[in-house]
Formats: sequence, structure tokens, C-alpha cells
Amino acid sequence: MRAQFVAHAPVEENSSIAGALKREFPIFGERPELIYLDNAATAQKPLSVLDAERDFYLRSCANVHRAIHAIGEEATARYEEARRRMADFIGARPREIVFTRGTTESINLVARTFGETLQPDDEIILSVMEHHANMVPWQQLTERRGVSLKFIPVTEEGELDLAEYEKLFSPKTRLVAVTMVSNVLGTINPVDKIIAAAHGAKVPVLLDVAQAAPSMPLDARALGADFAAFSGHKMYAPFGIGVLYGTERMLDAMPPFMGGGDMISEVRLEGFSVNELPYKFEAGTPPVAQAVGLEAAADWLSSVGIAALGEYESALARRFMDGIEGIPGIRILGSAARRAGIVAFTLGGAHAHDVAAYLDRFNIAVRAGHHCAHPLARRFGIVSSARASFGAYNTREDVDRAVAVLAGAGEVL
Amino acid sequence: MSDPFAAVYEEIIHEHYKKPKYRRILEGLPFAENPSCGDRVRVSITLGADGRIAGAAFDGSGCSISMSSADILAEDIIGKTPEEARRLIETFLAVLRGELDVDELDAFGDAVAFKGVARLPVRVKCAALAWRAALSQLDSIDRPQENSKS
Ligand SMILES: Cc1ncc(COP(=O)(O)O)c(C=O)c1O
Repeated sequence: MRAQFVAHAPVEENSSIAGALKREFPIFGERPELIYLDNAATAQKPLSVLDAERDFYLRSCANVHRAIHAIGEEATARYEEARRRMADFIGARPREIVFTRGTTESINLVARTFGETLQPDDEIILSVMEHHANMVPWQQLTERRGVSLKFIPVTEEGELDLAEYEKLFSPKTRLVAVTMVSNVLGTINPVDKIIAAAHGAKVPVLLDVAQAAPSMPLDARALGADFAAFSGHKMYAPFGIGVLYGTERMLDAMPPFMGGGDMISEVRLEGFSVNELPYKFEAGTPPVAQAVGLEAAADWLSSVGIAALGEYESALARRFMDGIEGIPGIRILGSAARRAGIVAFTLGGAHAHDVAAYLDRFNIAVRAGHHCAHPLARRFGIVSSARASFGAYNTREDVDRAVAVLAGAGEVL
Repeated sequence: MSDPFAAVYEEIIHEHYKKPKYRRILEGLPFAENPSCGDRVRVSITLGADGRIAGAAFDGSGCSISMSSADILAEDIIGKTPEEARRLIETFLAVLRGELDVDELDAFGDAVAFKGVARLPVRVKCAALAWRAALSQLDSIDRPQENSKS
């Protein structure tokens, strides 16, 4: 019934599908002039997601896990169904899916549980292209536990330097935490090779899949990741819900995170015993309606064909880069061979804020700044950049319009 | 863009950005920085024999809002006493914080152009940068006097 993206199809064909899908997003009915190219920050929400969340509140709203009444059981069933769906979505088991508020909380959870088991002088490998969400929690850990951090360098092309990566391992290496897709450069990292090298050294791997989740099918088990973290809101789901995937082995070995209701199996005045997975990591009332919305978003993404969608977004990025390349003063950051639908660029001496404000006058929304990746900006010798990122409702007309407006921006800025 | 003066304001900002009158290379002064966008500005203020501000200049890098705002600041405080300048700056910053109505800026010179910006939370920080730098410059001008009083 719903239009599906077609694998390996010309941009024109998938663009008309994107145009049809756009009608499922009420925001474009409210703001028909909007060209939304800030999908890496957050995606718009299709009606099916909004409806699912609303339907939960209208028909099944009750607290989960503790109720004997029918509506409470129904709420619990819907929440657990959402967990099963997300397990299915990334090739995991339900007990390996911990619901969090998003990528940031997921990574902090690992840093504050797994991280607390580390010893002074243990080492963690990150990369220079990490989002602050996958950098600061580990920097905080260096202060708490005395661990040290090593960084995989980024090449001029915007790729991870894998030769250097392999040299970073030592007998003290305890974790590799890297992003699957750079939220600035769009680079799709070869996480299979990264994981193979780490596992060769018996080191677990955490993948930040915040940018990958909306644009490529994930199979945590086939990939072999030990942890994966992502946010619902970047994959067309509501704010306030995200996932931490962890293998049962890793999660079992970790101490609990926050203390409170649901994460315990028994509490006495002398102490408590910890609940089973994944509840051990879900203290307090969880974001139930948001989980239901996340499930709907996963359904939506699957129904439009996530692999072909990701390919289409990459094709839009290529079209955008081809279009702006010739504009005087344009510098595109990175030239990775495998790139998701994300393009960061600078325009002559113009400040990125001014570029974004100029585009905004034409109702084109792009992001400007450091994109929560200061070290990466520094690596490229810039303070800030503008970033266009593409989603399921972006058409080639959107891209062409942005290119045309940028072509005139140089004169004015 | 519903404000009828929006285009005029934009023109004022653009003019100060492209052709700043008070931009110099300054040395030895600390930068005020906006870490979220990397903009940095420093401001120098010199007093004349009459105790009024005889010279003001800025130096830095950033977007059109932060740079034009620095130029306008310099223009606005020259000829004022440090006390008058401080009151002016505090009014401007209070408008940006949303504590005073934007119409307060009608009494200003070209700073009136920031009426539109005052409603954009992200860019307010850019507009405020030089004015914050100027406040701390005024503080360090005041400090020796305070010391001599005590
Ligand atoms: C690669 C990456 N990691 C982490 C995050 C943080 O996600 P959230 O703010 O949803 O926790 C983002 C999004 O901003 C991201 O792009």
C-alpha cells in the first residue's frame, strides 16, 4: 500500500516515492514551504508514529509492570511488544534491549556501569570523529577511574585511519567505542573491520549507531557489536526514547545503573537484589508511549525499505555535492567513498551561522555550528560548518533548490 | 519577517559586518568566546582626559551578528562616561535576555537593528558577545579606582 523505495533505482524514481511519502508527515501540511535538511539532528514524524503514541494514551495508558488490572496489563504488553519489535529491528533478543532516553543516555549508561569496572591505566579507544555523546562520558570516566583514552585519527578524506587504529591496541585496552556513521562527514565507517580487530584482541566494541539506525538495516548479532546505542527521534520516532543494545554476556556482568523501582527484584532495609535483564537497567517508570511510538517508527522504516532509503539518501547527498562543488568558495568536508546522506561544508569566509540564516530565508533548514564534534572541526581546521542532511521525504527538487540558493549566497554574505 | 523594518535592520547589520569602522588588531586583551559557535571578540576601551570614553575598538572572528554587534557597540559607547556606557550595555543585554521589551532598543543608535535577533535564542548569544566583553573591560578600568578608594 505504502510506496517503497527501490534499490539501485535512479534518483528520479525514488524522488517521486519520497514526494509521495512526504504526505504522511503532517508537518509538511502545516508548513508546505519547508525544505527540511536537518535530519541528522532530528527527523520529522509520520502520522503513523504520532497516531501510535496518541492511541496508547487514548486507550491503554497505565503504568507498566506492577499492575494487576487489565489496562495495566495491556500497557505492559504494549511496552514489551515495542521491545520485541526493536529487538527484531536490530537482530537482537528482547532481553538485550534496554530502553533509554536516547543515544547519550545509552552511552552514559555503559560508561557508568561497565566503565566503573575498569582499573586505573586501562585504555579505551575512541575516534576523533565522535559526537560529544561518545566522547565526554569517557572523558568523565578518566577523571573517575584514571583510565586513559586513545583516538583513531581521521584522514583528510574523512575516514578512520585503520592502520593507525590497529597500533592503538595494548594489553590494557578494554573497550573500543566508535560511531558507525559520522554525523558531520557522513562517512560510513567499516565497523566490520573495526570489530574484527578489536575482537582479535579480545576487546568489546560499542557502536554509536545514532545516524545509522534511520538509514541502514542493522544486525547486531551478525555485526558482532557488544553494545549499540541509538535515539528514536532520529529515526522518525518521538523524542525521549532510545535504545541501548548489549549482549547478554556484557549486560549480565555489569552493575546496575540508576537505582529505583523496576530495577530490583527484592528490597529489604539492609539492601536490594537486582532484577533480571533488561529491567536491571530500567529504573523508574519508563517512557512507555514513546516506546510504542518507536515501534511504529521501526514499522514505518521497514515498510518503506530501509536499505533502499539509505541508498537514496546517499544519492541525494551526491547530487547535492555535485551541485555545490562548482560554487566559488565551497569546501565540502571529507570525501569518503561510503557516505550516508550527510554533507558538511563551508562557504568562503562566510560564517556557518550566516549561511544557515541565509538558507532559512528561503525556508531551507540546515544546521550550522560544530555539530557536537569540536575535535573533528579542529581536525579540519575550522570552527564551524553548515550541514545538510537528507531524509525519507526529501526530493531531488529539495536538493536542487538548496543548491540554487547556495549559488547566490556568496554574493550576499 | 513580519516586522516592516526587518529589511532595514538586516541592511544595518550587513553594513557593519562588511565595513566595520572600529575593527583593529588588538593585543594582550582576553577574548570573550561563545563556545557553541566558536565566535570570539575582544574589546578595548580607552578613556580621555575628561574621563569619557575616547576610543573603543574590537577584534575577533565570528558571524555577521557577533561582528556587527561589536562594531555597533564601539560606535555607541564612544563619548559616554563609563557609567553611562555600563547602563547602556546592561539595558542592551537585558533586552537580549528577554527581561526588557525590545522597544527599549528604539532609544539606541544602530543597535536597534538587533530587535529581530532578540527573538532568536541561538543568535542572541552572538549579539551579546562584544557587549559582555565590554562590560568586563569597564570592570577592569574601574578596578584601580576602587582600589584607590579603599
Ligand atoms: C553520531 C551521534 N551520536 C550521538 C548523538 C546524540 O544523540 P541524542 O542527542 O539523541 O542523545 C547524535 C545526535 O545528535 C549523533 O549524531
